[in-house]
Amino acid sequence: MKEQLYKYILGIADNSLILGQRMGELCGHGPSLETDIACTNISLDLFGQVRSYYQYAAKIAGDNRTEDDIAMLRKEREYVNVLLVEQPNTDFAYIMARHFLFDMYHYMFLQELQKSQDLTLSAIATKSIKEVSYHLRFSSDWIKRLGDGTEESHSRIKNSIDDLWTYTDELFHLTDADKVMVNEGVGVDVTKLKDTYYTKVSEILQEATLEVPESKYFQKGGKQGIHTEHLGYLLAELQYMQRAYPNMEW
Amino acid sequence: MKKNWPLWEVFVRSKNGLEHRHFGSLHAVDAEMALENARDVYTRRNEGVSIWVVESKHITASNPEHNGELFEPAQDKVYRHPTFYNLPDEIKHM
Repeated sequence: MKEQLYKYILGIADNSLILGQRMGELCGHGPSLETDIACTNISLDLFGQVRSYYQYAAKIAGDNRTEDDIAMLRKEREYVNVLLVEQPNTDFAYIMARHFLFDMYHYMFLQELQKSQDLTLSAIATKSIKEVSYHLRFSSDWIKRLGDGTEESHSRIKNSIDDLWTYTDELFHLTDADKVMVNEGVGVDVTKLKDTYYTKVSEILQEATLEVPESKYFQKGGKQGIHTEHLGYLLAELQYMQRAYPNMEW
Repeated sequence: MKKNWPLWEVFVRSKNGLEHRHFGSLHAVDAEMALENARDVYTRRNEGVSIWVVESKHITASNPEHNGELFEPAQDKVYRHPTFYNLPDEIKHM
């Protein structure tokens, strides 16, 4: 039970950690000063949430593990984030598409997590949902602007939605730890969110004059620790300081 | 960006009951984006409870070259400040 809860928390937190790192990569590289700050703000929101989850996970683990160990010192296969969030920052359209496809899920997930029997998780969800509701507003806005913008912006956002679509289905898979936690009234049954998710995403895409991709071929593996090649590079950068200078603080 | 987005002026009310004050400016394509950008650029350290944005082109500014005729005449007219009254001690908060 304790072990399942630990795994369950990582399943939530790793998504935010990896997406936060991706958004953080934009610091100083955003397309304009304003979007640069917006993206790094979002990154910091996600890292803030991650800290609460990992602190709780460290407490559950009950050994000498700290939140930093959990964040920085696992191997690639031990990260259980979905494949969607580790996809690289190809261009701004990709960044917004990735964010939007995750935000919609994240928002719906936190709404349910607020009802968790686990009071710590429900408190983290209640605190985080305000931030995530802004993230969703920001990314939905950009989907509409880019889709309904110029010919070039339309084709870029169309390509990114088409490419990233294949990673959306995994959001609604249940791991073994998920199943145990759902039964305990702690976890969220994400399979129940799926239909509403696709309906809501489709509404925004239509507003953005984009077609909803029809592809039924989906990728999975992240939740089991089987990742795309992009995660290794991301972790190399994320973990560099702790690996090169163990226990360093600043 | 080859073509710059229009410039907007940002006014933030830092607390209820206080007035909106000019905080700075930013670029955005429309009012909605200007509000979101202002939220991210100027209120991320908890500076505000309300934001106004207005496109900079809608602000009419006085010309610094006219400062002489506009503002200097007021400099030697101290009598326009109500400072020449003797206030009774009983009156406080003036």
